[in-house]
Amino acid sequence: MELLIAISIGFLTGCGVLLILRGRTFAVMLGLTMLSYAVNLFIFISGGLTAGAGAVLGASEQYADPLPQALVLTAIVIGFAMTAFLVVLAIRARVELGHDELDLQKPSSRGGA
Amino acid sequence: MQHLAVLPILLPALFAVLLLFLPLHINVRIRRIASVSAMSLNLLVATVLLWHQTNVPAVHYLLGNWPEPFGILLVADQLSALFVFLTTLLTFAIAIYSCAGDDEKGSYFHPLLQFLLMGLNGAFLTGDLFNLFVFFEVLLISSYGLLIHGGGKKRIHSALHYVVLNLIGSALFLLALALLYAMLGSLHMADMAQRITQLQPSELLGVKSAAGLLLIVFGLKAALLPLHFWLPAAYSEASASVAAVFAAMTKVGIYSMIRVFGLLFGASAGTLSGYGDVLLLWGGIFTMVLAAAMVLAAVDLKRLAAALVLLSAGTLLAALGSGDPEVKAAALMYAVHSTWIGAVWYLLSDMIARQRGSVGSRLVSGPKLHQPQLLGWLFVLSALVVIGMPPFSGFIAKLWLIQGLTTTSNGMLLIAVLLLSSLAVLVALSRAGSVLFWRTQPTTNNTAPAGSISVGALVLLLLAGVMLVVFGQWWTQFCADTIAQLHAASGGL
Repeated sequence: MELLIAISIGFLTGCGVLLILRGRTFAVMLGLTMLSYAVNLFIFISGGLTAGAGAVLGASEQYADPLPQALVLTAIVIGFAMTAFLVVLAIRARVELGHDELDLQKPSSRGGA
Repeated sequence: MQHLAVLPILLPALFAVLLLFLPLHINVRIRRIASVSAMSLNLLVATVLLWHQTNVPAVHYLLGNWPEPFGILLVADQLSALFVFLTTLLTFAIAIYSCAGDDEKGSYFHPLLQFLLMGLNGAFLTGDLFNLFVFFEVLLISSYGLLIHGGGKKRIHSALHYVVLNLIGSALFLLALALLYAMLGSLHMADMAQRITQLQPSELLGVKSAAGLLLIVFGLKAALLPLHFWLPAAYSEASASVAAVFAAMTKVGIYSMIRVFGLLFGASAGTLSGYGDVLLLWGGIFTMVLAAAMVLAAVDLKRLAAALVLLSAGTLLAALGSGDPEVKAAALMYAVHSTWIGAVWYLLSDMIARQRGSVGSRLVSGPKLHQPQLLGWLFVLSALVVIGMPPFSGFIAKLWLIQGLTTTSNGMLLIAVLLLSSLAVLVALSRAGSVLFWRTQPTTNNTAPAGSISVGALVLLLLAGVMLVVFGQWWTQFCADTIAQLHAASGGL
């Protein structure tokens, strides 16, 4: 179980970093989203992995640490808001600048792509 | 008085919402009066907080009244009161300055300014690491809005970089938080400081890597050398009022370093004690060297102002890295001085640029200014303050820094860099001033003169700096007490 979670977090982070390093706003946005998924998973398991344990006292014999679940909820909400803002900003930049490159060069001056 | 600690967060949030209401949208004049009076209330609260917290133990304000260390809490001590006062005074002056016309270049300037102040004050007052993240996001999203205030191609482009960079920073912050929680089982900062002392040697690595991540996040905010690339672009593209507020933004990173690292990795933290100091010292020194080069190389007054902010950030980081309590106290004084004077330079370069027509803020020969006398004197005064000439606040802050540094290791190197960078600023500003005011072309100038509002806001910030000197004894005592209080809280001294 630990191994599976660790691999999925690592894989998501890797994909996120790879996409962030691309020069187009859309790819960077996808990368940031993947990175935030990885981070959210990471927060979620920071209280330890337990099977069959409820977050509410009295619901089961054992109980899971409720704090990471509250933290991850906050992180998800903030992440959504920030991504939404970035999407709007990227669209605005596409309209204003006429291209979606992250550096100032126009696509034509680079050749291809 | 019991609820004083929460007011610097609640009031700006309330005012921001009130300023969004419809009746205020009909008339610009009413909107401005409402905004400035709201800001003066904020300033009143910040001043009372500063006054109230002087020489008394820290107040722990429990939100929702959950017992410590389980609930979320605000901590009002001297350090947070000082930073709250510093930023509130700055935003107050900016709210006045923006009334000269900057606020109408886009919509919702005043509510965004209030939200930014709320985020800043929250970050300064929180005693919980996760809440620090939340307030970081509050101030960041307001700063995104403010950065693109007024629109334009270049502004949007630099905003895109700024947003992406800060989103990556937020992801790293969350990673560090989760790692620290997994290791320590708490996010209450004072409680974490306790738990760090009880760690097994095998668990140190996890905490160390989390601390490294935090160092990157705060370094990004404070523009530490390899992470500084966003600052000149973002600051010189933003409109003047916004750039001047952003002079306080690097101070959030520096505050977080003082607070989080001072508390978590204080004298009682064993092998983790003083974590990151070496990195801060050398990072700070290299930032200073680079900033001094940028000051000398600047061909644009706004770029020069951005380099000045970078220079002050580097000085602060290096001073923090020296780890000596007296230097840290002097750094607090320097932080107050440099925030206000940094903002003054943005406002001044904007006022000068407006009177130079198409040449703008570029440092080339241009038309004669409309008010050469007034702006010239303001330029000379601000230059004297930022270089550190007596009798201004820069002199006292730098003198105290140098005095403290004489006894620390590597102190001599830092003193040399500090003095040489001041010399670089002196050279660059003399050159800029002679180009702006003397190498003028005899063309007619039909630009509008700077109004009393903008001059008033600038003079207010300069006068605030003068107060640092007039009440020098009180301020130095206050800064020294603040650092002593912080050390006592981390179990050191």
